[in-house]
Amino acid sequence: MAKMTLADLKKLRESKQQAMSERDPSNKDTQVIVGMGTCGIAAGAKDTFNAILDELEKNNITTVLLRQTGCMGACASEPTVEVIAPDMPVVIYGKVNGDVGRQIVREHIIGKKLIDNHIVDRPALDIMK
Amino acid sequence: MGYKHYIVTCGGTACQSNRGVELFDALKAAVKAHGLEDEVQVVASGCLGFCAQGPIVKVLPQDTFYVNVKPEDAEEIIAEHIVKGRTVNRLLYDKEQSKINVKVKDIDFYQKQFRIVLRNCGIINPESIDEYIARDGYKGLERALFEMTPEQIVEEVLKSGLRGRGGAGFPTGMKWKFAAMQPAGQKYMVCNADEGDPGAYMDRSTLEGDPHSILEAMTIAGKAIGASKGFIYIRAEYPLAIERLQTAIKQSHEYGLLGEDILGSGFSFDIELRFGAGAFVCGEETALLASIEGRRGMPSPRPPFPAVKGLWQRPTVINNVETLANIPVILTKGADWFRQIGTADSPGTKVFALTGKVNNSGLIEVPMGTTLREIVFDIGGGILGGKKFKAVQTGGPSGGMIPAEFLDTPIDFGSLAKIGSIMGSGGMIVMSEDDCIVNIAKFYLDFTCDESCGKCAPCRIGGRKLQQYLDKICSGRGTDEDIEKLREISDAMTKASLCGLGQTCSNPIKSSLRYFMEEYQEHIHEHKCRAGKCQKLLTYSIDPDKCKGCTLCARLCPVKAISGEVKKPHMIDASKCIKCGQCFSGCKFNAITRS
Ligand SMILES: Cc1cc2nc3c(=O)[nH]c(=O)nc-3n(C[C@H](O)[C@H](O)[C@H](O)COP(=O)(O)O)c2cc1C
Repeated sequence: MAKMTLADLKKLRESKQQAMSERDPSNKDTQVIVGMGTCGIAAGAKDTFNAILDELEKNNITTVLLRQTGCMGACASEPTVEVIAPDMPVVIYGKVNGDVGRQIVREHIIGKKLIDNHIVDRPALDIMK
Repeated sequence: MGYKHYIVTCGGTACQSNRGVELFDALKAAVKAHGLEDEVQVVASGCLGFCAQGPIVKVLPQDTFYVNVKPEDAEEIIAEHIVKGRTVNRLLYDKEQSKINVKVKDIDFYQKQFRIVLRNCGIINPESIDEYIARDGYKGLERALFEMTPEQIVEEVLKSGLRGRGGAGFPTGMKWKFAAMQPAGQKYMVCNADEGDPGAYMDRSTLEGDPHSILEAMTIAGKAIGASKGFIYIRAEYPLAIERLQTAIKQSHEYGLLGEDILGSGFSFDIELRFGAGAFVCGEETALLASIEGRRGMPSPRPPFPAVKGLWQRPTVINNVETLANIPVILTKGADWFRQIGTADSPGTKVFALTGKVNNSGLIEVPMGTTLREIVFDIGGGILGGKKFKAVQTGGPSGGMIPAEFLDTPIDFGSLAKIGSIMGSGGMIVMSEDDCIVNIAKFYLDFTCDESCGKCAPCRIGGRKLQQYLDKICSGRGTDEDIEKLREISDAMTKASLCGLGQTCSNPIKSSLRYFMEEYQEHIHEHKCRAGKCQKLLTYSIDPDKCKGCTLCARLCPVKAISGEVKKPHMIDASKCIKCGQCFSGCKFNAITRS
């Protein structure tokens, strides 16, 4: 991208804001977000990420956008994974190892059920909203 | 098809012991009795925090939050909330109870945490500048570049009351003002990302989760003080943070948000990284500047302050990562908004790395004025293993130990100083009855002695002397005079040391002498360590009734202090025993006792 002017920046922000609020970013209706700070990675977030990717492929699911983010702060519950799926409440799961990651794909995304014993609370309201 | 409702019950230890399992079953039974199994899923969660109010029940997707729920309430929740769609008001969390003085409009809020610094952490992809921009990123910079003069920026930061989060709590706006007042010419903006306190990782997580917020803040500061060049001094042990910063700097250059003529405003600013090698003293600002200049990282006397003569003798502002992360929000939401959060003494929030003997260790951000009790028991979920709370250490090796009597103190810079600790950078270590106060004071002192640069005598020699006296007490050879010596040397070091390291390294000792004198006395007079942590004060013996004569302990003992025949009770020779505890942890029959 070429260097922006003030007007360019404002336009970019607006279009990205719209894209982020759409439920359907780039034709994917579900988002799975893995916490990949040092703490998450140390607790095995890369394995979790790969397991989820693998399970999605095995089940031929193409509507899921798998993303990464930084540390959410729930170190005692790492690795953490947030799931935003249609017709489901947005939840954050903690202590998600590879197996639980696969379970998220099978039970939450395909089966539309929440998974026992892994839900953690969002730590705080989002002040940017 | 998904369910219509999801009922989440807290499965944390505290709630479980408060009839949480029964509640879970009762909710399931009530759902069944109403024939709603296809519409409602009842799930157990991990700990949701708020343990003091447990058990907790959340109904999704409405996000209704019920507290102190008993199994008997299950039927009403299903019959009223699920079937009739009416909230069960008597079980709602009463917002008035929350002592957090956030009066921010329209925030319906039960969480104890409030996130300004960590606003994007765990939400955006830290490697995507677009996601940062979409969440009002670089909007503060827009204002700074196109709507405000340098004086107005400084004024806004002054008005916000923001105080430095790197430890000392110096008003950020004042620091900027001093540098801005210096005659124009080359000036520098430095971000302190050295983060040396043991147990602290707030700055690392912020840089890893939201690197652009720091770049934006530094650029804003650059315009405010008239600097065109910034450095981020970051420890080399933070490879992921470094990588993400490098990515972010590259992206900002491509977008024209760093470099020449930013966004066509005529203002130019650039940022470079400088790596520290992990010396604690290099976090001290004058040592840090020396290190950036390529000299040995040692502090020098102030004044002159860096704002007047800093990097290469030019005016320089040094701010901590967390301090800076507040800046873009202050510019977008305004100083008045910021001032509503926290206390009059310390507006805003503070990020803590909550660790030690606490159930939910983690990174938390709370409004200033939150009490230690709320942090340790509500957010932290209480003490590990249901043990008794002993103390909280704030401020790392420069801070103090805070006993239970101050659990309800609203914490800010002023209140912590009053009770003999400091805010410090935000490490918060919780101790239980299993921790020995004297031993912990020694742990911190060992750390600061290792990290003392040796330039000034009070710190170099005083630290060693303190170490020797503590050693003596921990091994049962201490006397009452040693306590006096500890006090005397501590005071001398505070008065005479060159930098904060020597001036404050006796704080753990001073505060523990003040609040936990009886533990020192026990070590000295009764040769006893109640937590069983001071190895040299322990004695080991073998219970002949339980010992099976398996010989394992004799084989484990590194000094051959244990003797005995096979299948006959063994004995420990106390004169040879070095109290390493290997027999104790190795014995399969619990036959070895420690006292
Ligand atoms: C021994 C010692 C170590 C320090 N380490 C750090 C550190 O790791 N990070 C930091 O931001 N400030 C550290 N400081 C404080 C800095 O000297 C300085 O006050 C701070 O970076 C100023 O930023 P602020 O005004 O934004 O808080 C340390 C101070 C001392 C005396």
